[in-house]
Amino acid sequence: MIFADRSARLPVLRIVLALVFCVGAVPAALAETTAQDEESRVTRHVLDNGLEIIVIPDHRAPVVTHMLWYKTGSADETPGKSGIAHFFEHLMFKGTTNHGPGEFSRRVAEIGGQENAFTSYDYTAYFQQVTPEALETMMAFEADRMRNLVLSDEVIGPERDVIIEERNSRVENEPGALLGEEVDATLYQNHPYGIPVIGWMHEIEELNRADAIAFYERYYAPNNAVLVVAGDVTAEQVRTLAEATYGKVARGPDLPPRIRPKEPEQNTSRTVTLTDARVTRPSFRKAWVVPSYSTAEPGEAEALDLLSEILGGGVRSRAYETLVVEKGIASSVGAYFQSDALDDTSFEIYGAPRGDATLAEVEAAMDAEISRIVDDGVTEKELAMAKKRYVRSMIFARDSQQGMARIYGATLATGGTIEDIEEWPRRIEAVTAEQVKSAARRYLSPDRSVTGYLLPATEERS
Amino acid sequence: MPALLCAPFRIARPQAVEAARLIVALVALAFVALPAKAAVDIQKVESESGVTAWLVEDYSVPLISVRFAFEGGSIQEPAGQEGLARLMSGLFDEGAGGLDRAAFQEQLDQSGAEMSFDSGADAFYGSMRMLAEEREAAFSLLALAVNAPRFDPEPLARISSQLANRIAARENDPDTKASIAWASAIYGDHPYARRQEGTPETLAAITADDLRAFHRRLFARGNLVVGVVGAIDAETLKTELDKVFGSLPAEPDLQPVEVVEPKVDQKILLEFDLPQASLRLAYPGMRRDDPRFFAAYLMNHILGGGTFSSRLFEEVREKRGLAYGVGSTIVNRDYSSALMIGTSTRADRAQETLSVIRDVVKTMAEEGPSEQELADAKNYVLGAYAINNLDTSSAIARTLVDLQIEELGMDYIERREELIGAVTLDEVREAARLLLSGEPAVMIVGPADEAGKEG
Repeated sequence: MIFADRSARLPVLRIVLALVFCVGAVPAALAETTAQDEESRVTRHVLDNGLEIIVIPDHRAPVVTHMLWYKTGSADETPGKSGIAHFFEHLMFKGTTNHGPGEFSRRVAEIGGQENAFTSYDYTAYFQQVTPEALETMMAFEADRMRNLVLSDEVIGPERDVIIEERNSRVENEPGALLGEEVDATLYQNHPYGIPVIGWMHEIEELNRADAIAFYERYYAPNNAVLVVAGDVTAEQVRTLAEATYGKVARGPDLPPRIRPKEPEQNTSRTVTLTDARVTRPSFRKAWVVPSYSTAEPGEAEALDLLSEILGGGVRSRAYETLVVEKGIASSVGAYFQSDALDDTSFEIYGAPRGDATLAEVEAAMDAEISRIVDDGVTEKELAMAKKRYVRSMIFARDSQQGMARIYGATLATGGTIEDIEEWPRRIEAVTAEQVKSAARRYLSPDRSVTGYLLPATEERS
Repeated sequence: MPALLCAPFRIARPQAVEAARLIVALVALAFVALPAKAAVDIQKVESESGVTAWLVEDYSVPLISVRFAFEGGSIQEPAGQEGLARLMSGLFDEGAGGLDRAAFQEQLDQSGAEMSFDSGADAFYGSMRMLAEEREAAFSLLALAVNAPRFDPEPLARISSQLANRIAARENDPDTKASIAWASAIYGDHPYARRQEGTPETLAAITADDLRAFHRRLFARGNLVVGVVGAIDAETLKTELDKVFGSLPAEPDLQPVEVVEPKVDQKILLEFDLPQASLRLAYPGMRRDDPRFFAAYLMNHILGGGTFSSRLFEEVREKRGLAYGVGSTIVNRDYSSALMIGTSTRADRAQETLSVIRDVVKTMAEEGPSEQELADAKNYVLGAYAINNLDTSSAIARTLVDLQIEELGMDYIERREELIGAVTLDEVREAARLLLSGEPAVMIVGPADEAGKEG
């Protein structure tokens, strides 16, 4: 019962993500065509009730990952009900008319399986990792709770207390997370991405049974879900089992298209400052609204991906080389592009000073790095190496069953296709230095950004 | 058409306790059961220079994952040089042999390999993940890093100050303060109480010569274990092993370390004005090589170990909604073991939470688990091994190294099912009585009025 939020943009995570998650399939040039590859082809099938099924065969170990993605997240919430998508994710672990509270979890535990769930802005997903023999049971339980959940006040009350403690742990206890919420709330002037996934505390406290039931009835149906199964199974087996379990669940009413409030034209630079006694070293982050893979013109999101890599994607990036190694004024710097959102999304940079350097110096140096790309572009060599790192990360991604399931699930749940994932390496390869430069020029303007400062209680921003 | 996933998932299991120390221990402890059917065909490979490795050949993905460990981690640091092992771990890809930082990183990038080093309290680890077709270039860079790290002035100053900055940035963080207070309360003067990350002062004092001396002491063939998974055969691996490790000294120069019993029966209160209070409890543990280990492990699993249906999870979170996460783990280190419980809860109900935990522990100590609970726990720990430890080649390589460190033998995978199956209800009850009957160490971190109350 976890959720993905934007506050977790730490440099180390950025690196891990770049290597593990920001990946697609293996480019054709690198994949030998063998019988084994034929067997490991990713396939799609749609049940009569609308459930989309993706199978990713991987026969290296007798393990299967069963992941059900609902095409609903916190950005789909009714105004005033922030946090309901995540709260509801917790409630899915309670009992149904067929199985008592905790029975599903007990069954998973009994066979040594792993389970969890997560909520993001645009989707909510539930997963179990089990041996292949248990797959049918998992499907039966998951299909059951898609429709038969029992939502009594007795389960709602304590669980709401749990998510309040979750918010305390993840946000209230972490000044960096608090600042992140405020930066997002300032960045998005109209779009619900400005509201935290976990919800605002005062609204979480008011969530009730009627809210939960309304959310369940609206969004939890086979025709609003994508099933991803990765592991030691064939497409044929998954299809048969899914028809026998999920196939019995009636189709829900068709949902209208997910049209969220659009951002107005942004034309101000804003700052948000948080001072907190728990903070001893200052840091900053700066964010812009940019297109995502869903909303970008062809090639633009790919260019933003490579821009984030070249500008601030780890120890080979310009920001690290210049600010951390050459000038020695920063202890950490980086850039991050939240590419997989359904709507326009954000691009961020961050940094913290080292030694006697001031926060203002670090920020100015980061701005200078952006200007340098806007004015002079990137070199062919830099571009080639960034592409190579992306391509390599895709091969490494094949090693993780759960990672692969997440890539496909997140893509399909936000309107993408298997082909998008498979073609992605070629689209990355096609990006030119000119496109990277123009993405920087078009989107990373200081005139329409939000800068967040995290300061010690006594620190003056110089 | 979003083509890739870059969502910053924070994958934390809800039952994970807040203390990073406990989480690390939980991970280290996870290798406790493997169903015989989790077929991992391990080969023992010995190179000409006498370096041995455990190898799992697998050609389904064109990757090779290498993991190795040298016994002797941060507890081998000379007093006053805390953070030495951590600092050293950050410098292996910052220049080696004839290659300065820029040249080394350029070649590493070109070879498409990822290299990382990390230090634990008891061992120093290295990992490399490479594309099979770039194998020779990748192993050559690893050989340079392992044998001839440069510790050049610029990288040394930079990494040292990054580490110091990270420490300074957490200086007023309640959780960090709590971890420091907890370690010194539990371990007293023992090296386990030292801060593995060091302090800004100790880090600033460490020189390149200190690093070279520490490297010479730790990096030897005699305290080395290696695990390799992926697209490589035994003969080829032998050549690569000699290339990387063949020139190291035969034996390390390690200082003896005393065994330490965690100090229980004490109360530690730390005041912070926060909406949440965090609780930590420590009881005696069970050594990994004790014949009663599995009885204790199964007991801990039922009490608060890895599932959504442990007694603590049920009572603290499910029934009362007191916390987001609560859990227990047996922390096994080379020279100490303890059973630790941790949670974070709303400040005004901290005493209630503590008393619920104490009740759950008391009942377990007096009555032990039921027959059914034990049967369920056995099923879980038998089934969970493959999923927890063998789901990626890096995870398998890690497991191969951990099994060797624990000296569990290549047949352990088959034996463990028997060992777990043989544990009786009486043995588990005895373990519960033995570990949980006494007064624990208790630490409360939170607002003064709550932290100060008698619990």
